[in-house]
Amino acid sequence: MAVLVAILIAGVLVGSVAIDPTNVIRALLDRFPFVDLESGLTEVQERVLFEIRLPRVVIGGIVGSILALAGAGYQGVFRNPLADPYLLGVAAGAGLGATFVIGAGGGSAVIPPVAFLGGLTAVLATYALGRTAGGRTMTSLILAGVAVAAFATSIQTFLLQRNYETLREVYSWILGRLVTVGWGEVFILLPYAVVSGVVLVLYRRLLDVLALGDDEAAGLGVDVVKVRRIVVLAATLATAAAVSVSGLIGFVGIIVPHTVRLLTGWSYRLIIPLSILYGASFLVLADLVARTVVAPAELPIGVVTAFLGAPFFVIVLRTVRGSQ
Amino acid sequence: MISWREVAVSFGGPPVVGPLSLTVGDGEWLGLIGPNGAGKSTLLKAAVGVVAYVGDIDLGGKASRPGLDIAWMPQRPHLPEEMTVTDYVLLGRTPHLGKFGTERPRDLDSVGRSLERLDLIGLAHRALATLSGGEAQRAVLARALAQEAPVLLLDEPTSNLDIGHALDVLEIIDELRIHDGLTVVTALHDLTLAGRFAERVVLLANGTVVTDGRPRDVLTEAHLGAHYGPGIRVVDHGDGPTVIPIRDRHA
Repeated sequence: MAVLVAILIAGVLVGSVAIDPTNVIRALLDRFPFVDLESGLTEVQERVLFEIRLPRVVIGGIVGSILALAGAGYQGVFRNPLADPYLLGVAAGAGLGATFVIGAGGGSAVIPPVAFLGGLTAVLATYALGRTAGGRTMTSLILAGVAVAAFATSIQTFLLQRNYETLREVYSWILGRLVTVGWGEVFILLPYAVVSGVVLVLYRRLLDVLALGDDEAAGLGVDVVKVRRIVVLAATLATAAAVSVSGLIGFVGIIVPHTVRLLTGWSYRLIIPLSILYGASFLVLADLVARTVVAPAELPIGVVTAFLGAPFFVIVLRTVRGSQ
Repeated sequence: MISWREVAVSFGGPPVVGPLSLTVGDGEWLGLIGPNGAGKSTLLKAAVGVVAYVGDIDLGGKASRPGLDIAWMPQRPHLPEEMTVTDYVLLGRTPHLGKFGTERPRDLDSVGRSLERLDLIGLAHRALATLSGGEAQRAVLARALAQEAPVLLLDEPTSNLDIGHALDVLEIIDELRIHDGLTVVTALHDLTLAGRFAERVVLLANGTVVTDGRPRDVLTEAHLGAHYGPGIRVVDHGDGPTVIPIRDRHA
């Protein structure tokens, strides 16, 4: 918790326009009720702070939370430690939906629902494909996810070639970004984040029961099919909302829940709520790296998470294999 | 009590079980026996809704409530490696918690009693992966007991236990049955043990009931020979039938 707060503050303090940190803190405190401080910021600095940096940190926190939450949810219902919005093809499916909207000139509020449809189609395809291609083993599901992602990406590329003028916009978005134009996107994202967050937090104990396998969970009176359906819907909704706003940011859904698991153990009763916290911290931190290492230019944040996430994925794969 | 009425199960072909009817009375211990593939496990799975069936399975005319009325111990349970014994047994309380509820003190009490009955207190904080086969089997039984259901369906509850632990565990089940009036159905391969504990034995073969009666009447050389093949001798020194394997099976 303290780490999260520290990272959030750091995210607000650091940026390409230099602002004196003490003034930033004074300006923030000034916004609280009954606190009246003279921040000493110029009008431009004040606008940078409240219209650019702050919403960016907030969006980073929400996107990180819901991607981590979605990853934990998928890992629970598929009983697969490698399940992740990115690896299951959900993110690519949602991306295809979003590209379609951008290409057709639709508004940004239309993007999340269409991205949700794309993501949902992708996860269903992955699940069906993974089952037919060799039972329910861990690797067959992931291989199916790779196939679905490749297919969605190929259609996306085709759409981009046909709509050359939007290519640049979509391309920067594909790499994952947290660039915002103020608070508008926070309000687009927030309802989806709240709905999927509430659902997954409520279902966290049932995810533990699912660890016993479908038959035994059913024997304990759990409607396995219904639980799986609801959790997949919530996780996909979260992924689609995140993808709509910030593009394809990979590996958050695998790094964060596994780190939490290493720290606290197997139970989703802890993994789910802590993933919200750690997901927010992780992505804000990654964003901090993304906009400082090559300052004043910025790296796409998806590049940072993939750079950290790919080796992490290999480690998870190795430890999981080793314990089987 | 629990009744199977004209129940049939098929996995996309001719029925592997039934149609058969079977009623187990309140407080009764029924031993299901029969060669591999006779349908013992399938019959139990149908009762907890894990396999689809036609016909009716109910508790003396009323439908069973999922998880609350019937506790089922599977033959091959799935044991999440890192889960501790306590957490595992606690999952047995799931049907009592409501969909999004959390455990109350009485759930923890129930878990404590189950652990104590099965001599698992010393292992309470061990991960399931670190248990021996017999310890794990006792943990699975503890989980089923924590459900506190009036009907207990146990699929090979002693398959991983040595003879001493097997006797201990079956005695515990018998005490609970008498004390709490539980209805118990066990599928057992050990025919002698089945005859010692069950008051009534049902021999299944090819998915149907072949004989149904007291252990002395079912565990006979004639019945067993007809369905398990030759080379089985049954002796009785006054404490019930004892089934003895003979080497010259195909002589």
